[in-house]
Amino acid sequence: MAGAPKLNLKQRHTGRSVTKPIWVRIILTLIAIIFLVGFLLLPLLEVFAQAFAGGVATYFATFKDPFVLSAIRLTLLAAAIAVPLNVVFGVAAAWSISKFNFPGKNILITLIDIPFAVSPVIAGLVFLLLFGHQGVLGPWLEAHNWKIVFAPAGIVIATLFVTFPFVARELIPLMQSQGTDEEQAALMLGANGWQMFRRITVPNIKWGLIYGVILCNSRAMGEFGAVYVVSGSIQGVTNTMPLEIETRMENFDFTTAYTLATALAMLALITLIVKTIVEYRSTRLLAEATE
Amino acid sequence: MSAALQATKTTKSRKHHVLPGFGLSLGFTIFWLSAVVLIPLTTLFFKTCQLGWPNFVKIVTDPEAIAAYKLSFGASFTAALINLFFGFLVAWVLGRYDFPFRKFFDSIVDLPFALPTAVAGISLAALYSDKGWIGHFLAPHNIKISYTPTGVYIALIFIGLPYVVRTIQPVLEDLEGQVEEAAESLGASRMQTFLRVLLPTLLPAAIAGFSLAFARALGEYGSVIFISNNLPFKGEIVPQLIVNELSNYDYPAATGLAVVMLVTSFVLLLLVNTIQRYASRHQEAR
Repeated sequence: MAGAPKLNLKQRHTGRSVTKPIWVRIILTLIAIIFLVGFLLLPLLEVFAQAFAGGVATYFATFKDPFVLSAIRLTLLAAAIAVPLNVVFGVAAAWSISKFNFPGKNILITLIDIPFAVSPVIAGLVFLLLFGHQGVLGPWLEAHNWKIVFAPAGIVIATLFVTFPFVARELIPLMQSQGTDEEQAALMLGANGWQMFRRITVPNIKWGLIYGVILCNSRAMGEFGAVYVVSGSIQGVTNTMPLEIETRMENFDFTTAYTLATALAMLALITLIVKTIVEYRSTRLLAEATE
Repeated sequence: MSAALQATKTTKSRKHHVLPGFGLSLGFTIFWLSAVVLIPLTTLFFKTCQLGWPNFVKIVTDPEAIAAYKLSFGASFTAALINLFFGFLVAWVLGRYDFPFRKFFDSIVDLPFALPTAVAGISLAALYSDKGWIGHFLAPHNIKISYTPTGVYIALIFIGLPYVVRTIQPVLEDLEGQVEEAAESLGASRMQTFLRVLLPTLLPAAIAGFSLAFARALGEYGSVIFISNNLPFKGEIVPQLIVNELSNYDYPAATGLAVVMLVTSFVLLLLVNTIQRYASRHQEAR
């Protein structure tokens, strides 16, 4: 549901709509462009301007701050654990859902989407209720001296939850549209299961998988609400980059906050560029296939 | 005939089971889904049941909670409505017209998806603050947006826009130009074509897009807290209230409020799915 943008693989045919007076076109286009620039682009430019307001040297000095470095490390760690796990899950889920028929399939698809429908704050709360001091498993964890809540482990688990559907959601429609013919042919020609998967399935889903991974990664690194609740915002220990931004804003250290924000914004821009490339490649593949 | 049917059925089902890995992949999917999502979420309902009905009612009808619902639902609904209008316009322009840098503008529609919410929040707060590029034009007129409840609306419009655009755009691009030409050649005016031919076809997508933007806005936290003043009864949204209760270690209150929000978003999700299923069946039937 609410979540990952899907790849748009439709071929466009412009100019076949009802012919309108040219001024209607121009006015509508201008309103749309002004809205997009003013609402989406301007905030981003403002934050870059703010980050570099103190000069380039100040900007780069921020990345020597030990708390900033620790936040970057934790962000990378959470993504490095959550993303591969979600890839394995996504491929397994997409394989079972798209290549086989079984009762309850639609329910399963809906259940996979749940993390998109849950407010990030509630996602965090759930793990607090499960692993926290007053939580269901809290006393047991404390007896074994394991810390999950207000510790890096909690950050990783919360990240895992909010990024859960991304890869599966990209792969399910893609693999459903590809059917099972090629895999069956490979088996018929004597390939074993692993060979079939590696030589047929993986190349077929490559672009969808790349896009799913990049979306999942972008959310994993940028998540705020869910990790905020389980983190306790301890600088140098449980602060990820978005949480460090919040701590710095609270402490009126705006330059550091804006600088970290630009670093995350770059990540978002890379995500959008990869999306554009993947869309371009897939549309071309689609066009070749239909020719 | 029934034997033939039986035969096709067997070949069909066997055909699907030629591929390996069904048990393994489905088993792993269900296990992982339960471990990461389902079991943790049931904790929430389990904890709510422990509250007892009178307690639950007291928590969810607390005046501060009511004020937070009003802001959360009101701002989310308004933002989704504004997004419906501008999202429709943007989808129309991107889908129908050609203009310089069209591909670029198409890409930036996804910016709110890709941008971490905290970054969106501080960017918007900076832009609309007294010294910001937009804020300093408004400050002399005594219009304040950042650190006021108005800021909540701005943040929610920002994060919701792509949902409307990306739900309407594919349907719009799928529409055959001939349908409109036919309407036109049968004597319909441009307005009639739009209202009676295009709008009914786009309506399910528009409702779905609106609901998605609404649902997303209801749960949003990261971007809002940076631009709102977060004051109880004034600029406090429900997720913020939940976080406040948590920082006071009032877990029961947080749990009760969370259940209200969760049930609301599930109902919305169900609504969207029903509309989309209805719409796709309707279109297949034609």
